[in-house]
Amino acid sequence: MIASWTAVQIREAIRHRHISAEEVVQTFLDRITECDGRLNAWLTVAADSALAEARAIDRTRPDPVARPLLGVPVAIKDNLCTRGVPTSAGSRVLQHFVPPFDATVVSRLRAAGAIVLGKTNCDEFAMGSSNENSAFGPVRNPWALDRIPGGSSGGSAAAVAARMAPVALGSDTGGSVRLPAALCGVVGLKPTYGRVSRFGLIAFGSSLDQVGPLARTVDDAAALLTAISGHDPRDATSAPREPAGMPDAEASLVGLRVGVPRRFMAEGVDERVSRIFETTLGHLQTAGASLVEIDLPHAPTAIPTYYIVATAEASSNLARYDGVRYGYRAALSADDGLVRMYEKTRDQGFGAEVKRRIMLGTYVLSAGYYDAYYLKAQQVRTLIRQDYERAFAGSDVIAMPTSPGPAFALGERVDDPLQMYLADVFTVSANLAGLPAVSIPAGFTPEGLPVGFQLTGAAFDESRLLGISRVLEGLVDAGSKEPPGFETIRQPGAEAGA
Amino acid sequence: MPTELSADEVLRIATLARLDLTADEQRLFARQLADVLTYADQLRQVDTTGTSPTAHALTSVTPLRADALEPSLARRDALANAPEADLERGLFKVPRVIGG
Repeated sequence: MIASWTAVQIREAIRHRHISAEEVVQTFLDRITECDGRLNAWLTVAADSALAEARAIDRTRPDPVARPLLGVPVAIKDNLCTRGVPTSAGSRVLQHFVPPFDATVVSRLRAAGAIVLGKTNCDEFAMGSSNENSAFGPVRNPWALDRIPGGSSGGSAAAVAARMAPVALGSDTGGSVRLPAALCGVVGLKPTYGRVSRFGLIAFGSSLDQVGPLARTVDDAAALLTAISGHDPRDATSAPREPAGMPDAEASLVGLRVGVPRRFMAEGVDERVSRIFETTLGHLQTAGASLVEIDLPHAPTAIPTYYIVATAEASSNLARYDGVRYGYRAALSADDGLVRMYEKTRDQGFGAEVKRRIMLGTYVLSAGYYDAYYLKAQQVRTLIRQDYERAFAGSDVIAMPTSPGPAFALGERVDDPLQMYLADVFTVSANLAGLPAVSIPAGFTPEGLPVGFQLTGAAFDESRLLGISRVLEGLVDAGSKEPPGFETIRQPGAEAGA
Repeated sequence: MPTELSADEVLRIATLARLDLTADEQRLFARQLADVLTYADQLRQVDTTGTSPTAHALTSVTPLRADALEPSLARRDALANAPEADLERGLFKVPRVIGG
C-alpha cells in the first residue's frame, strides 16, 4: 500500500518506474479525502498543481541522481510561503494571503524533485503547544480524536502519522516540531539555529525559529534536512556551511556518552513517560552507550526566559500586520483614521493567544520593564547556553523526554495559558541555546498514546544526532505502528472510516 | 507582581501594541498577563552579575554582501495582496492620515 511507504521507498519506486509519480500523488490525495474530515490537518490541498507536477515528472523523467526526493509528496506547514498557494499561518489576518514567492526551504524541496501536496494547519503564527490556537479549528490527534496533536506544527505531525503525507515540514521556535512529533508518534527534528534558511518562514521569534522535518523514519527526516539545509544569501542568519549530510550508516553506540539531566527531570514528568524514557535509556546502554549524569542548573528557568524572549520578538515581528500591504483590513467608519485602522484590524485579525503574546512582549520591552524582564531574560539565556557547553564537555548527546506527558484532552488547558506553556519544559532550551534536537517515537502509554524520546546534540552535529537516532529507531521500533482507524490496509470485516 | 495589572496599564500596553481590545479582553489579559509575569519573576532569583546578554544563538559576525542590483518582486505582485491599492499608479491606499 503506497500510503504506508516512506519517502525513500517512494523515490526508489519512481526512479525504477515501478510506479508513476501521478499514482503516488493520487494515493495521498485519496487518503486526505478519506481521513482529514476526522483530523482537520490540512488548510489547503494543492491537488491540481500536485497532480500537474507529478505528470510532468512522469513525462520528462528528470535525472533522479540530482533529485533525491523525486516524486515525493510533502506537506508544508502553513507558515511557510508557497508561491501561488494560500499561506495563512493559521491566522485570520492572513486568510486570503497568496505569497508571490516560495520560501527557500520550499524552492529547495522542489529543486530536489519533491511535490508540494498542500498546506497544514498550525497554531496561529506558530504560537501554541496544542494546535488549538488556529483560526481554522484545532487539529485532532490520530491516536485519540478527543486529544490534541501537540503544537504548533500539529497539522504536519497528524498528516504524517495518519499517512496523508510521507513527510512534512514544520517550524520549531520552542518545540513546535518536536512536541507534535512526540505526541503523534513520528520523528521530528529541530536543526541547529542557522542550519536552515528562514527566508519565507513567517517570522515569530527570529532568534529562535528554525524549519525542520517531520517523518516516520530517521532516514526520511535526514533526506529532507539534506535537501533544505545549507547557506542562503537571503537569510543573514543562515550559517555559511554546506548542507547537512546524511546520518552515518555505520553509526555505533559503543562508547557513546549520553548525558541525562536527572535533577531537572525529578519533578513534573508523567510516570508513563518516565517509564518509557528509562526503557529507552536501557536500549542505549545495551547497544554500548554509557549514561552520564549531567547538571543543567538553569534549565528550570528556560520557560520564563523563553516566554519573555519569544514574545518580545513576536511583538516586534507582528507589527507588520497593519492592514496596509497584505492581509485583513477591518471595515472602517467614515471618521476612522490610519491609527484606528491599525487598531481595529489587529484586534479583529488576531486570535486571543497571539494578542496575549503581543501584549506580553510589548510589556517586557516597554520603558521601565525592559531591564527587569527582557534584559534579564537575555542574561539568563547566556547561562542556559553555558550550561549546555559544560554538559557537552563530558557527554556527546543529551537525553530528555520530549514532552512531560502524553497528549492531553482538547480544551483541557485553553483557559490557563501558563499550564499550556509548561508543555514546552523540555524543548525550549534547545531553541534558546540554538542547538539541534530530535524527537523519535519511543513507545506507547497503556492507553495507546505515543511517547517521544528527545536527543539534543552539539551545534551543527545533526549527522551524529541522526546516526544515533537511526540505531535507536531500530532498537525501539515504535514508529511503524499505524493509528487505529487510520490503517492503510483495512482489516477484514472492519468498517471503512471506523 | 500583583495578581492583576491595572486597567490603565493594560490600556497603555494595548495602545503601544496598536490593539483595540474589547472590555472583556482587557479584563482577561489583566489577570493572565499578571499570572505569566509573576511566574517570570523567578528570574530575579538568578544571579546574572557580570553576565552578558544573548540576543542571538549564533556568535558569528554579521555577514556582508556586495551592494549589487538584483531582480526583485514586480510592483504588480507586491501590490496583489493589498486590501486597497492603486495598481496603475503603484500605490498602497490607506485612510487619510493628515487633515480632513
